[in-house]
Amino acid sequence: MSDKVIYAMYGDDEVLKSSAKKLVSGGVKISEVYSPFPIHGIDPIIGVKGTRLGIMAFLYGLTGLTLATIGMYYFMVVEWKMNIGGKPNFSYVENVLAFIPISFEFTVLCAAHGMAITYLLLNRTLPGMPAQNPDPRTTDDKFVMEIRLSENHGLTEEKVDELLKDTGFVELDKKIIE
Amino acid sequence: MQKEAAIREPLILGNKTYHDVTEDVCRPIEGKAPKMWYILFSIALIIGLYGVGSILYLLGTGIGVWGLNKTIGWAWDITNFVWWVGIGHAGTLISAVLLLFRQKWRMAINRSAEAMTIFAVFMAGTFPLIHMGRLWVGYWVLPIPNHFGSLWVNFNSPLLWDVFAISTYLSVSLVFWYIGLIPDFATIRDRAKKPVAKRMYSILSFGWSGRAKHWNRFELVSLVLAGLATPLVFSVHSIVSFDFATSVIPGWHTTIFPPYFVAGAVFSGFAMVQTLLLVMRKAMNLEAYIHTKHVEYMHIVIMVTGSIVGTAYITELFISWYSGVEYEAYAFLNRATGPYWWAYWSMMTCNVISPQLMWIRKLRRSLLFTFFISIVVNIGMWFERYVIIVTSIHRDYIPAAWSMHYPSHIDIAVYVGTIGLFFVFFLLFARYFPVLALNEVKTILKGSGQSYKESPDYHKHH
Repeated sequence: MSDKVIYAMYGDDEVLKSSAKKLVSGGVKISEVYSPFPIHGIDPIIGVKGTRLGIMAFLYGLTGLTLATIGMYYFMVVEWKMNIGGKPNFSYVENVLAFIPISFEFTVLCAAHGMAITYLLLNRTLPGMPAQNPDPRTTDDKFVMEIRLSENHGLTEEKVDELLKDTGFVELDKKIIE
Repeated sequence: MQKEAAIREPLILGNKTYHDVTEDVCRPIEGKAPKMWYILFSIALIIGLYGVGSILYLLGTGIGVWGLNKTIGWAWDITNFVWWVGIGHAGTLISAVLLLFRQKWRMAINRSAEAMTIFAVFMAGTFPLIHMGRLWVGYWVLPIPNHFGSLWVNFNSPLLWDVFAISTYLSVSLVFWYIGLIPDFATIRDRAKKPVAKRMYSILSFGWSGRAKHWNRFELVSLVLAGLATPLVFSVHSIVSFDFATSVIPGWHTTIFPPYFVAGAVFSGFAMVQTLLLVMRKAMNLEAYIHTKHVEYMHIVIMVTGSIVGTAYITELFISWYSGVEYEAYAFLNRATGPYWWAYWSMMTCNVISPQLMWIRKLRRSLLFTFFISIVVNIGMWFERYVIIVTSIHRDYIPAAWSMHYPSHIDIAVYVGTIGLFFVFFLLFARYFPVLALNEVKTILKGSGQSYKESPDYHKHH
């Protein structure tokens, strides 16, 4: 099924934001916004939900802490009770102070790398992936709003055009995607 | 858009647009390298290769080629390790701690400071690795099942904590740096004309497209990484200080070591950032983004951390007397008046007196003077580590064993070589990577840019 996509390009983040507000109140669903830097406040307007990557980072950190604890318990208390100054490691609790630095480091290691890898996979940004921004200027100083007609039932192209008029865009581009 | 008080100096000078920011940062990458770059690169490469050669000789012959003896078992190598790790503290401090404190001036300097950090930690890592003598069994520091029976690495030892701390710090800093680089590589990719450059930056930018959802995730990932990296920065040098503080050597066995080392690390790290950036801003025409105000902010950090270091030196001296332990007292008396008095007083002059000059506004805003002070601090902090390490052990309990440390030719060559390699990395970075977080800088342009702040509309309420 072919789909018509409207790309409205703006020269300023604030102009795009007020335009997006106007369109959304007119019932338009904005599919995507491409920008060279994060536009603060755009997410609630176009309906982008907050990410849950923070929760993922916590879970990865918890995994790291657990692994470090199990590892050190096994190496230092179960498998070989290292005898230092006549004080062998007979219990984890009594020796836990010496294990805190590595527990902390390993927690951070797992949380940071786990989150970073998840972030890259979720974004599908990996080495060799093709760029998907509609115009090369969106990584420089232009801001593009993408409106797909298939996601806007009940709205005609003319209606969207009318709403876009006077929003201050610098270029309007239309494409048919198969 | 966030606005700030009118009396705050703008962070971006002149009449810049978003496109100007892109142009200013990309121009040096897209154009031809100046002749000076080739000259500096060649010098750094030759020095670096000499260091690599010396390391290979060391590995082939054994660490007997160092100037160590029976009394002084730790000297030049660990001094250099601690010096480089200390320098490697500024970058992540700037990008993580200053992000949490919402300090916008970090945006112009965090990219290059973090690159500097990563390269400095590379250099630092070289020293404990080559000190093993048999580099090829370096993986023995990891807790891996082995054929020696129930033999594990010692998790009670600060030296092993260091292995974990440094490797975590290096890899997390690298990830933090690269995640910030991805959108900027995309900018260069979309401007690239030559096919090879386009292909390279296309791979490096991971197909970044700047979608709203991706930026949303980007900001959260940066924030969480900053939150994770902040305690990490403090833990790394605390653990480095444990290498000494948990021993029973007079002069090392000191409970104030962790905060004292961390302050010293930040102090030396900022000095190195200062040294590099003062040259870079000029060479790459980035004076509008990294200007006197940024230099002043950094020098305030140098002043504060330098004062902490100075307080620590004096506290150490006081406690050595107040403790009533004669060996402890002698260790410090010997530092100040013994055969290494010159190293001690160089350290005192460079690290205690010079940062105090920064109370004077005129001096901390003078670019030439601050450049000079940044070099002085780098030298002073090297001497600090040398003084702590060598003077504490060169005269032990039996006077018959008293000795002096004279660095061998290999000691010096390896150290100077790492400085060469560090500059090789940094020059390559300055040539091919965006040295300014250009897309992050755009976010503060309207709030902190000079032309915006001076326009009559800026302070109007909407």
